[in-house]
Amino acid sequence: MAHKKIINDPKRVVPELIEGLLAAWGGRVRKIGDVNALVKAELPKGKVGLLIGGGSGHEPLFHAFIGKNMADGAACGNIFAAPSPDTVLAATRALNGGKGVLFLYGNYAGDNMNFDIAAEMAAEEGIRVKTVRVWDDVASAPLPKIQERRGIAGDVFVIKVAGGVCATTSDLDEAYRVTARARDATRSMGVAVAAGSIPETGAPTFELPADEIEIGMGLHGEPGVSREKMLAADPLVDKMMERILADLPFRKGDEVCALVNDLGSTTMMELLIVNRRVHQVLAAKGIRVHDTVIGSFCTCQEMAGFSITLMKLDAELKRYYDMPADSLAFRKV
Amino acid sequence: METTGLDLEATRAMLVRVAERMEESKDHLSELDRAIGDGDHGIGMARGFEAVRLALEGKSFDSVGSLLQAVGTALMMSIGGAAGAIFGTLFRGGGAGLRDERAFTSRALGRMLSDGLAAVTARGGAKPGDKTMIDALAPAAARAQALADAPLAEALAAVADEARLGMERTKQMLAATGKAKTLGERALGHADPGAESTHLILRYMAEFAASAAGRRA
Repeated sequence: MAHKKIINDPKRVVPELIEGLLAAWGGRVRKIGDVNALVKAELPKGKVGLLIGGGSGHEPLFHAFIGKNMADGAACGNIFAAPSPDTVLAATRALNGGKGVLFLYGNYAGDNMNFDIAAEMAAEEGIRVKTVRVWDDVASAPLPKIQERRGIAGDVFVIKVAGGVCATTSDLDEAYRVTARARDATRSMGVAVAAGSIPETGAPTFELPADEIEIGMGLHGEPGVSREKMLAADPLVDKMMERILADLPFRKGDEVCALVNDLGSTTMMELLIVNRRVHQVLAAKGIRVHDTVIGSFCTCQEMAGFSITLMKLDAELKRYYDMPADSLAFRKV
Repeated sequence: METTGLDLEATRAMLVRVAERMEESKDHLSELDRAIGDGDHGIGMARGFEAVRLALEGKSFDSVGSLLQAVGTALMMSIGGAAGAIFGTLFRGGGAGLRDERAFTSRALGRMLSDGLAAVTARGGAKPGDKTMIDALAPAAARAQALADAPLAEALAAVADEARLGMERTKQMLAATGKAKTLGERALGHADPGAESTHLILRYMAEFAASAAGRRA
């Protein structure tokens, strides 16, 4: 049976969720023309613009991360489909205050092509663009092929740092440098226990037997590293943390931010139990947690499961991470 | 050989007809995509070719290249996702070298497909054998190059046949890119929807050229 989704018309999902976002923001964000791009209503002049984006269906990513010391705008496509170049270009023009625009998005073929085309069009108009692609999912390719990895919930921490640096610099190269460093310090891994479904077709994005889980599952149902019988929270977290920690690697004495992200329909009760173990593992390794974030940030419809993200901090990343931020999906005081 | 080509107005009419036929192919393409993708390829292509039709109807163009680039821009801006970037690039790249051409000939067809293939390859990074539209486009482009001096209707029919064979071969391939990559061996036996779209675009061009040649004979 198709999942019961609380929607009106499956074809109107994206415009209607945008109308809901605009209503929630009370005039602080505006939509550009007839494309699915949102930008801050008031853009500070003389600084680098930060544009994020990708396919819709992963809410609150990406539109809900626009705000103070966060993204300046977001270009979003249809469900699980990259935004077209004119959507990206319209947002780019709006965000360019003369200092250029930093593109920040997850590493997927459709996004890479459409954002690249838009960057070329922007260059023809004399707008400078630099691009950081997030590839934090350690399960999606081995380390030597890190540039083939997918972007998942690590987007959240990279956006947080990028939002801080873009808010305070007029130097696009500096914004790029710091944002790429945040990306390079970030590692994630997810596990799915049940599939989400696509609004227009109602079809689940993958099949998973009732008593099995997939470790490393991607945000659109891409296969992970192993399919296993259901595990208790602690051994499951241990397996995921082992891969995440070994990848960077994170070492004794490091300081990290930790994100326990719900993939769509996992309860806060479960996330807290996961977070308990994440902290136990980090404490045992002698890794200090500077900040912990728990909730729904990067989702795949009603997929059940979670991801764990760690970002290793240094003085520079910490300074930008610690700046206050105010967006619908992410606030920091 | 000029007499076997289509003038600018006939070329525009051909592309409008291709757009109409692609819109009619919506359910067929979505059905293919349901087997190995998320089932929306036909919806996207129909939306794209509706935009093409609106961009070409009642307009005049000064070259084959500008016509093809208008097609590509309309596709790219209306489809979104990987399909919009790829099919938009096929026509925008394919038109780039034809901005001085005022007739669509077999030679222009060869140029369009080889330049389009180069542009798509540069943009998407897929190789032959990856189970993508390139597996239909690459053999079609090679065939068109070989038939540069043949009458257009004849060349297009042969090129469309070549694209169909390429599309059929994708049934035996594992996907190396895109969302079908996630399926592994489950993708076997199913054609790549983008390869079928490539075949159909060429097939509908061939149908138009055959009926135009028939009218002249």
